[in-house]
Parts: sequence; structure tokens; C-alpha cells
Amino acid sequence: MERLTPDPAAALAPKAPGRWQIGTVSAIVQETPTVKSFRIELPIWMPHLPGQHYDVRLTAPDGYQAQRSYSIASSPLDSGAIELTIDRLDDGEVSPYFHDVVEVGDKVEVRGPFAAYFVWSGEQPVLLLGGGSGVVPLMAMLRHKRRVAPELPMRLLYSVRNAADVIYARELALGDETAVTYTRVAPPGWEGHRGRLDAAMVAAAGVDPATGHAWSCGSNGFVESASRLLLDAGFAPERIKTERYGPTG
Amino acid sequence: MSDFFSRGFGGRRRPPEGMADRIPPGQYYEAGFPVLTAGPTPDLDASAWSFRVDGVVGEAKSWSWEEFHQLPFEDVPCDIHCVTKWSKLDTSFRGVSVDTLLEGVEPLGGFAMVFSFGGYTTNLALEDLTEGKAWVVTEHEGEPLSAEHGGPARLLVPHLYFWKSAKWVAGLRVMDNDEPGFWESNGYHMHGDPWREERYWND
Repeated sequence: MERLTPDPAAALAPKAPGRWQIGTVSAIVQETPTVKSFRIELPIWMPHLPGQHYDVRLTAPDGYQAQRSYSIASSPLDSGAIELTIDRLDDGEVSPYFHDVVEVGDKVEVRGPFAAYFVWSGEQPVLLLGGGSGVVPLMAMLRHKRRVAPELPMRLLYSVRNAADVIYARELALGDETAVTYTRVAPPGWEGHRGRLDAAMVAAAGVDPATGHAWSCGSNGFVESASRLLLDAGFAPERIKTERYGPTG
Repeated sequence: MSDFFSRGFGGRRRPPEGMADRIPPGQYYEAGFPVLTAGPTPDLDASAWSFRVDGVVGEAKSWSWEEFHQLPFEDVPCDIHCVTKWSKLDTSFRGVSVDTLLEGVEPLGGFAMVFSFGGYTTNLALEDLTEGKAWVVTEHEGEPLSAEHGGPARLLVPHLYFWKSAKWVAGLRVMDNDEPGFWESNGYHMHGDPWREERYWND
């Protein structure tokens, strides 16, 4: 039976986070040979906290489904859409689909935003430590900071294997804001940091450990060593937030 | 469920033959054992480890590492399911049943807050911890539990999402009412049954 008046509960329900909805891919950026960013327009958008994630669900014609979680890379000031940056894992099934199949105009099923721990809510000063694609949720923090509080002290230390692996390369302001270290091959003429993130790099970032807040994201090995560097530098454990990238194929 | 399907998606990582009915909805089969932790891995030596049961109980109890090892140990073959979507099948742990730890304690409330060295907490109903459903384990697949997987000892509650299986577990506090622990305060479900896909607050 058709209702004559809208159900008030139904009108409110879609505003709760967590409902599956079908978004439309409106832009795709090839960030590196193995990383792409996807802008997804959402019919039911709600502001996220930088660091939160969305779940993505793929459905095959026979009903088989696969889900993965991906960090949001965009600022919540980009209303109506989210950007997900996805690293292509060869043995995965969701990330290769996004890389090899998805085109602008395609529909994708998503829900979010989720999780309220690895998020930046305006604390300062801030030190961000990213390894590889672990930079994605940190980029949401950096992008949001640039728009809402450009003067707020936030520094990013970014560890990558080589120059081709730098995600958001055109957007990173090397020098004052961001320092990159190359763990395998540095570009020709590079005079900056090489090798794994170390205590000297953390010290050079100039974020006072006595008052600073740190977010670290990357592989388990990266996060363990980054956490150790932060603790050794004097950051309090309760002000170190970590997110480890498990296999999210 | 909608009739939406993803253009060009066939599914290329389906579970191995005969295992599909052991993978809860939205999960995928993972052969490895990924590490996911909210903070740094604590330095915790077995000699400094202890476990206690307190809160609203008739008699609080605690065990040192040595005392804990006087208790009866059980092998626990199980499947485990992480809320980040991976499921690991046919793994095994070894430890002491929570039923054993609650003998003589006389819990007076229906809920528990499990707490860890390092400050992590997670809440469970007592009925999810008793009658052979939960253990405090010190071994994984025949080896001492590694620090990154929660060693020297972690909780094991295989029928719920794995964030309930607290690493570096230090004890459980019996409570009259259910209260959210760490992830449960940060957007994750109070109960966490993978077969009902209770991942987040509104699930």
C-alpha cells in the first residue's frame, strides 16, 4: 500500500552513516603506475572526519559480493562527493576491478563514513608519518588543514620506494610542509633524505613532542618503526595514532 | 538487497572449494594472518604479565604468568573473522577457557569490559564469554603468541569479529550494564557478530 504522507522515519534514516548507496564515478586520476584516485558523487553525502573510511561492495551477476574498506583522501569541504585513492594489489579482486574496469560514469556501491579513532579533529601541532599508500588518510588531513586552518602547524613525513611511487606528487609542497624520503632509488640530483624514516628526520620536522600529536599510517613494519621513532622522540603513546594497512585487495 | 550489480565484475578471489559457507557475508578468504592494531605494540614480558577478574563479582581473582600456567590448557581450533574483511580458516590457539577463569568468581553482572596492557578495552556480554566460547590464549599454531599478535596472552572469542579478541589482555571487569569499549566508542558495533554483519553502529 502506498503511503499518502512520507514516513518520517524513512526521511531520517538515509542520513545515518552506514547505508549502502550507489555513487557515480565522476573523475579518475592516475596518481602513480599502481595508484588511482576516484572521485565518487554520492546521492546521500555526509561530512566525514579526515582519516575516516568508506566500505565498497562489488556484486557479480550471480550475486557473489566482495567488500573492502578504503580511506577517504578528500576534505569534507568537498561536499557531495568523496575521493578514494586505491592501490592496485595484483592478487586482490576489488582494487584490480577499480583499476582495470571502472570508468568515469560507472556506478559503485559504497557506505560510510566509518570509524572515529584515526581521525584529525583539529589538534595541533601535528606530525603525519606515511609509508607508501598509507599517505591517503593523511592527505585528507593535510587537504582539510590547508582549507580550514592554513597556518596550523602540520608536517608530513612521507616514505616511498622511489620517485614514481609518490602519490599526490603535484600537490605536495616539499620543504616547509612535507619531507619525502626514498627508500630504494632517489631521483637524480636528489639532496634530501634517503633510506628509511629515522630519528633525524623526525627531529627535523620541528614538531614539539611535548605538545605534538602524531598520525602514522602504512604497512605494519612501517608503522611499528615509525611508532618507535615517535616514542623515542618523546611523543606520548596516547597522542600517537596508528593505522596499519592490511591486505585490502 | 538491491538488484544492483557491478559492471564487469566477475569475482576473482572466491573462497576455495567447500569453504564458502564458512565465510561470513562481506568477508574474504585470507591465508595469512594480518596485523591490525590501533597503537604501538607494547613491550610486555611474560614475567610482567598477569590476568585478573574483578568488578561486580563475589570474589575477585588474579593470576601471575606462573600461576596461569597451573590452570588446565585447551587446544582451540577455530576460524577467525576480522572486521576489516578478512577471514582466516582452520587456525588454532592454545589457552585457558574463560569458564575456568570464572570458577569461584561468582559474576554478579551480565557484561564484562575486557582490558589490556596499553589501555585497550572491549565490551562483551558474559554469555559471549562463557560456555566454551572464549579463552585467554598464549599459543598460536604451536608457537608462543608473538607480540604483534597480542603475546604474551590475548583473549580469543572466535564467534565475534576479531577486535573483541583483545591483544595483550590484562583482565576482565564484570559490569551490571553494557558499556562501549575502545572500538565500540569509535563507530564499531557493541556486539560484533560476523554472521549478522554487525560491523558498525547502525548495523
